[in-house]
Amino acid sequence: MNRYDVVVIGGGPAGVAAADAADKQGASVFLIEREARLGGILKQCIHDGFGLIRFKEKLSGPEYVERYIDMLKETKVEYVTLTFVCDIQKIDEKYILSLVNRKGISQIEAKTIVLATGCRERTAKQVFIQGTRPAGVFTAGTAQYHVNILGKMPAKKCVILGSGDIGLIMARRLTLEGAEVEGVYEIKPSPSGLTRNIAQCLNDYDIPLYLSHTVTRVFGEDRLEAVEVAKVDEKMCPIKGTERVIKCDALILSVGLIPENEVADSLDIPLDWRTKGAIVDQTLMTMRDGIFSCGNALHVNDLVDYVSEGAEIAGENAALYSQKKRALIDIEIDNRFLYIVPQKIDINAPIDKIKVYFRSKDDLDDVNLSVYIDNRKFRTKRFSHLRPPEMESMLFNLANENLSEQSKIKFCIEDRK
Amino acid sequence: MKELVCIVCPNGCRLQVSQKGEEFEVMGAKCPKGKEYAINEMTDPRRSIATTVRTIFKECPVLPVRTKGDIPKDKIFALMEIINKIVIDKKIKRGDVILPNVLDSGVDVIATSSMLQNGR
Repeated sequence: MNRYDVVVIGGGPAGVAAADAADKQGASVFLIEREARLGGILKQCIHDGFGLIRFKEKLSGPEYVERYIDMLKETKVEYVTLTFVCDIQKIDEKYILSLVNRKGISQIEAKTIVLATGCRERTAKQVFIQGTRPAGVFTAGTAQYHVNILGKMPAKKCVILGSGDIGLIMARRLTLEGAEVEGVYEIKPSPSGLTRNIAQCLNDYDIPLYLSHTVTRVFGEDRLEAVEVAKVDEKMCPIKGTERVIKCDALILSVGLIPENEVADSLDIPLDWRTKGAIVDQTLMTMRDGIFSCGNALHVNDLVDYVSEGAEIAGENAALYSQKKRALIDIEIDNRFLYIVPQKIDINAPIDKIKVYFRSKDDLDDVNLSVYIDNRKFRTKRFSHLRPPEMESMLFNLANENLSEQSKIKFCIEDRK
Repeated sequence: MKELVCIVCPNGCRLQVSQKGEEFEVMGAKCPKGKEYAINEMTDPRRSIATTVRTIFKECPVLPVRTKGDIPKDKIFALMEIINKIVIDKKIKRGDVILPNVLDSGVDVIATSSMLQNGR
């Protein structure tokens, strides 16, 4: 059985960056990808805008991830494609992974594991759309796969439900390829996607965005023929009398992404109900020793640049893992946060460069993010605005704060007055 | 005064542009790129376009491409028409020029993946 210091599960932008970072620390690294090519979702994200932070360039998804793959091929990292992880067992201080691929079943041994399994789209079944079950109801990612990888158009005229970024990107993409996008319908009173995507994907092409609206029914036997949309009230319930039937041959769903944690579940790794990803400390180690998580499996990022950055932290720490006992303290947040990552700090690990990523629950203007240690204000950072679709981050040094396991760390979002 | 959302980076600054004679006054931009974007948007709006071209290769029926720079906004659909007539029959790589100086815009269309060379 082959033995590795670090086994990375997933060969998308997170996995590739994590493997690369672990290799740089001198670890032996093995990466497992279930698709035929490395690159993950970026293979089909052909639009540009990736890498503005990382490379100071506006790259397409394939360009961004292929740069990392090229780097990976220069390292000693071993990788396999078309391979699934079907089981992980912890035996003593080691993990035994069972893999399956065209050659059959094999096993490898790992000192540490990095989960870089990405996220999944919410489907029609998860948003409870009434009516028949015709063909023509796609997630935005499926529609994107059809257009950008298979070169086939999934729609002539479509309605988009949800204003997530992939939905907005697909509204523009389908319009460019000659389809009609009747409109984007968002159940919430504010859009879920980035403001710039509303501008450059919808406004540029005169595609209307209907806020506080949802799809209430679908029609059609073999193929989708029409959808019914309606306005919703503050409780997101459809308002009677506002229904409208729109003829279309496709309904595209962009209704959210959920971290993929089947492997984490099988290892009984505690998840954060806010992020739906693993609970981690600042080294991105989960609550199971030696298992790390990064990328969209940890929390859904809006920029791949942040995915790469987080994955490097996970990869590096996996390589440096020493089985030292942890001393964890919680990062508490007030109710104006949607979430914060990491959720815990291990004071036995380096605490001089802690990077937290967070989102606010609502649109907030001119606020301070304050960090309290044992009720003492430790640091404040001003934000001119916080919006749930736009992840923010903050770097801080806790090395001189005499932290103990009894210390309390709390993050608060406060109005500036 | 015109309100714009800057699309240069994910900050998505909300810009207010007003014309004072020949000059434009731009408010709300966190960086100089935002000011530049606002002025261009008022005088000569441009966009970068990313799409795919067909190939003769069965395993990769389409190849991702993009404009290496911005083209005038009103030429977007003319560009799409040209790109959709192209069929790639060579195993080109990332960065290779597919259409030089497309529509006399001074901008090239380039391949953005080496998947034809590396296989899928």
